[in-house]
Amino acid sequence: MSILILAEQHDGELAAGTAHVVAAARAIGGDIDVLVAGEGVDAVAQAAAGLDGVSRVRVADDAVYAHQLAEPLAELLVALADDYTHVLAASSTTGKNVLPRLAALRDVAQISDILEVVGADTFKRPIYAGNAIATVRSSDPLKVITVRTTAFDAVADGGSAAIEPVSAEVSNPSSRFVGEELAQSDRPELGSAKIVISGGRGMGSGDNFKLLDGIADKLGAAIGASRAAVDAGFVPNDMQVGQTGKIVAPELYIAVGISGAIQHLAGMKDSKVIVAINKDEDAPIFQVADYGLVGDLFEILPALEQKL
Amino acid sequence: MKVLVGVKRVIDYNVQVRVRPDHSDVDLTNTKMAMNPFCEIAVEEALRLKERGVASEIVAVSIGPKAAQEQLRTALALGADRAIHVESENRLDSLEVAQVLARLVAEEQPGLVILGKQAIDSDNNQTGQMLAALTGMGQGTFASRLEVTDGEVRVTREVDGGLRTLALRLPAVITTDLRLNEPRHARLPDIMKAKKKPIDSRGIDTFGLAASGYLRLERVETPAARQGGSKVASVDELVDKLKHEAKVL
Repeated sequence: MSILILAEQHDGELAAGTAHVVAAARAIGGDIDVLVAGEGVDAVAQAAAGLDGVSRVRVADDAVYAHQLAEPLAELLVALADDYTHVLAASSTTGKNVLPRLAALRDVAQISDILEVVGADTFKRPIYAGNAIATVRSSDPLKVITVRTTAFDAVADGGSAAIEPVSAEVSNPSSRFVGEELAQSDRPELGSAKIVISGGRGMGSGDNFKLLDGIADKLGAAIGASRAAVDAGFVPNDMQVGQTGKIVAPELYIAVGISGAIQHLAGMKDSKVIVAINKDEDAPIFQVADYGLVGDLFEILPALEQKL
Repeated sequence: MKVLVGVKRVIDYNVQVRVRPDHSDVDLTNTKMAMNPFCEIAVEEALRLKERGVASEIVAVSIGPKAAQEQLRTALALGADRAIHVESENRLDSLEVAQVLARLVAEEQPGLVILGKQAIDSDNNQTGQMLAALTGMGQGTFASRLEVTDGEVRVTREVDGGLRTLALRLPAVITTDLRLNEPRHARLPDIMKAKKKPIDSRGIDTFGLAASGYLRLERVETPAARQGGSKVASVDELVDKLKHEAKVL
């Protein structure tokens, strides 16, 4: 078996998710290479070379990959795929954008969001918003897979893989980057935070999300939100936890003013400990919560901040 | 410009699925079905493009069982001009759906194809990207804003960490995210009128696809249930339990 992992990067740094994808690759077994494609990616390549279990980092440094556009990345992966039995990426917006394109170009299936490696050709993945777990088997010569990063523990640092450039003639006439607006935050990233505190429609307004700030600061937590809170315009959509937002599995998840709809539970029900704070004692969130506190969040949150 | 819109018939998003006792799949008998919510957003966006004079014709497509014609009728009632139904009683992989759509793209020559970003049953999030690959088109996935200008579509995408805007050369494939728009409801007179609009129905066997089934579904299970928790009476008790019982603080 030989596995190629598409590295995830943000702002010139290797994203935390890649170390989790390497763990999934180790569960499959075989040689593991990491592909770092971008412009000015020396730091990303160095970081990838340090991940335990990686034997080689292949670097494609070219302006055509500068913004991780799907069209050139998929073309590059097609050019490299002959050397591999598996191509993996995190089930992030980048991985989900690029890998199905690669799979179709190679006429193979793509297996989305795996939770578990059963064998080199057999994987478990969630369907129906995580309400069922499917075991699927691929007989394709190339397995193209995205990995749910929260389902695999990150590998440690300490490796020293070789770094080699790759050259491939890739052009991209069909798309170009125009601009981006990234949300600024000093808090840990939602997908990898050990503690997450999320607010829902019960928060009442965007201003009231400030009540979560002090608690998040004391706990070193990331702040999330339900779809209802995002749709109501309280907070931006990159904070959304759920089937259609981010999937998180922190040690502690605190749901405040969140009823617990199927779509939200799909994004957080694998958290180790779940706390629910809600004034409605019949809210479905209490069925999955380890600790529930029924009451007015506007009284509970300041008290909680004070006690921490 | 013609716009092709994909529509999938799926379980209604409010329904809790049941796994069959033999673990072969989920049980959808007598389950309420509906148009996939992301496909509703795709139809709505096509309608808005037509209202802005950008789109001249909207063709709704669904691939699935005969009953999927209900969802096509909904699209027609909302304002699609005509529909194509590709009938298949078997479960199809995303790649097979993309292959069929690629054939229809070659036939219809749309300026834009709009699909949902994922279906809430398979949760694959693959078909749009695969269609773009098979047709050689650029892709604008997870779109929260669309603007068609001369020969180009500007797409604002929802990505981890924020928003990113791309310009794609037309024709292109767009997949919708939740915040692209708020879908409208069909009005009763339009539902009646939609019954007269044409649905071109064909069997999937007329598409001459290779042997079906890229992935084999081996087993479907119910996820491990969480242990029922307890309610605490006060903030003090909550903090104490998190510190000493759960040991997460």
